[in-house]
Amino acid sequence: MFLGTLVAPLFGGLMLALVANTRLAFGINVATGVATFGFSLALALGILEKGALNPVGGWFFLDAYNVFLIVLTTFVGMTTAIFSGPYMRHEIERGRMDAQRMRLYHSMFQLFLFGMLLGFTTDNIGVLWVSLELATLATVLLVSLYRTPASIAAAWKYFILCGMGIALALFGTVMVFFTASNVLGHGNEALSWTRLLQHASELDPAVMMIAFCFLMVGYGTKVGLAPMHAWLPDAHGEGPTPVSAVLSGLLLNLALYALVRLKMLVDGATASETAGHIMMAFGLLSLIVAAFSLHKQRDIKRMFSFSSIEHMGLMTFAFGIGTQLASFAALLHMTVHSLVKSGIFFTVGHAAQAMGTQKMAEIRGLIRHHPGIGWGLLIGTAAIAGFPPFGVFTSEFLLFTATIDAHAWTCVPLLLGLLIAMAGLFRFVQPMVYGETAAQAVPVRVNMLPVYVHLALALVLGLSIPSFLSGWYEQAAALIVTTSVEGL
Amino acid sequence: MSMSLVQQLVDGLAALMLLVSFALLAQHRLLSVLHWFAAQGVLLAVTATIVAYGTGNHELYISAVMTFLLKGLLLPWLLWHVIKRLHVHREVEPLVNLTLTMLIALGITLFSFHIIQPIEKISESLTSDSMAIATACVLLGMLMMITRRKAITQVIGFLAVENSLFFAAIGSTNGMPLVVEIGIAFDVLIAALIFGLFFFQIRTTFDSLEVDAMHAALQDREDEA
Repeated sequence: MFLGTLVAPLFGGLMLALVANTRLAFGINVATGVATFGFSLALALGILEKGALNPVGGWFFLDAYNVFLIVLTTFVGMTTAIFSGPYMRHEIERGRMDAQRMRLYHSMFQLFLFGMLLGFTTDNIGVLWVSLELATLATVLLVSLYRTPASIAAAWKYFILCGMGIALALFGTVMVFFTASNVLGHGNEALSWTRLLQHASELDPAVMMIAFCFLMVGYGTKVGLAPMHAWLPDAHGEGPTPVSAVLSGLLLNLALYALVRLKMLVDGATASETAGHIMMAFGLLSLIVAAFSLHKQRDIKRMFSFSSIEHMGLMTFAFGIGTQLASFAALLHMTVHSLVKSGIFFTVGHAAQAMGTQKMAEIRGLIRHHPGIGWGLLIGTAAIAGFPPFGVFTSEFLLFTATIDAHAWTCVPLLLGLLIAMAGLFRFVQPMVYGETAAQAVPVRVNMLPVYVHLALALVLGLSIPSFLSGWYEQAAALIVTTSVEGL
Repeated sequence: MSMSLVQQLVDGLAALMLLVSFALLAQHRLLSVLHWFAAQGVLLAVTATIVAYGTGNHELYISAVMTFLLKGLLLPWLLWHVIKRLHVHREVEPLVNLTLTMLIALGITLFSFHIIQPIEKISESLTSDSMAIATACVLLGMLMMITRRKAITQVIGFLAVENSLFFAAIGSTNGMPLVVEIGIAFDVLIAALIFGLFFFQIRTTFDSLEVDAMHAALQDREDEA
């Protein structure tokens, strides 16, 4: 099961590089997505029954924390593959894409998923870095897919800034290895996360703290935390919509996942909450900066990308608090944010096609023009803004409860940020969905099924989390917390 | 070779590494930047070989060969090819004048030695100063990236940062495990190919390799949207 999950996207990606027929490639892309999702689901059920695993000679490891992220990744990967069929066909008709570049798109898409899954499953923090870089490189070419001046500039900015960030993360990793090799010997052992966690208290606290600063800035750039977020809106705004959906819904998660894994090691070594406090500060700053920047946007995809920064800030903040409840909230938030945000990007993609523009001022009367798109956008926005009964409300409510327990005063900026962001979202979305349809609107073929499935799942998570899922989150949250508490 | 001789050699190479990082910053001509970049790659390969010999860590020989081929030959050749094919203007065109850049670089180096102090106390590996020097080189590479106007010098800065990270790995930890080294080398190679691809795209789209032109394109997009 495990190898299937990993090999399917790699194999699919290599095969898609050879398939010239766009229609066939689309079929293979979806089939690969479905297969990967099937494998990961079976894998997750196995973990749920038997507990953590170390397949393939200890090179990989699977526990409650990463296995649910794997399922989430393969699920969103699958629905994005389904969505991108009709979307990309429309782009070809509009002349923005050709068959040659479709081949690149399909192949890189699967390669990106392979990088993601490798990152989530590997036990080696060096390989984790390599796979995050791989996922980044695969998406760089996707951002510049339209070959417009702005898209090339956006991809360049993405490449340089994230390349820089990720270089700093590598430096942090080298430092971890530097102190770990004194404890665990000079070899792969000293980069194995499970081994490092067992010996976390023996690692040198001063070195681990400096290493964390580099890792925080490095992986934080990839998470899209302010003030290193400059690449994110450009990359989301200029790239094709399916790419924006997976960037927001998946890639940011992997970077945050890496950061949290390493924070667990640092907490164990320093026996203090300093690392958590640094994460809280970055998270809060990102929330506030994104909430205000959101109001200044004129492009619909850029606007929603600032909402992604806001939510990543929220999760970083929650992981920074580090109590069981806060970690639970962060994990739940990660899930619902991925589902809802990728759903929103699907809708936005269709809306932009129907109106022939990404400018919010020219998108008008979506409900009258195409009820599916209009209602999808409105409900999706309500869900992401944190309205009950969707899952985002639940996770934000839990987060506030945890915040009041731990650092009550931070509730004020937190609440302020959320309110400002919500005001911004509705300020733009309301005129887009209601009123008279804009003159330039054209009918489009849409596939709203993935959007509805995503929103329905977010609704279920908000109304009542199925017991096996909540048990799972609890396990994962406990895993993240116990290590920190042991260190204290 | 005795251990202290290896130690002295690595110390000397660390000093040379810092010197090359400064030299990279001080060049007026693009081709000289490229020469110094190639020299840095060769220096890394030599360091890896000496550390491999000194510690008896045979995996490092493989790293050394890989480094020599990739960073000493392939990447400089690739960049040289791009400069020739695209007729890039031969001057470096810094945003901040070179004298001031050198002064900032000096400050960065002092700062690096200061922050790395706590690490050096616990060091058991070959050299004590190599981590501080590697940190300085990383930051100097970044300085190069932010003070240059052309995309190509930004890339050389980026690769110089990558080189310094590799130096940190061999100089102070005697090399990362081979699997990781190969993974990193693979990523650098792909990154370099994508960079090359980008140069041609940027050139055809913007008619120059100036970063300002790209910045303007994004600004326009934001304004019109």
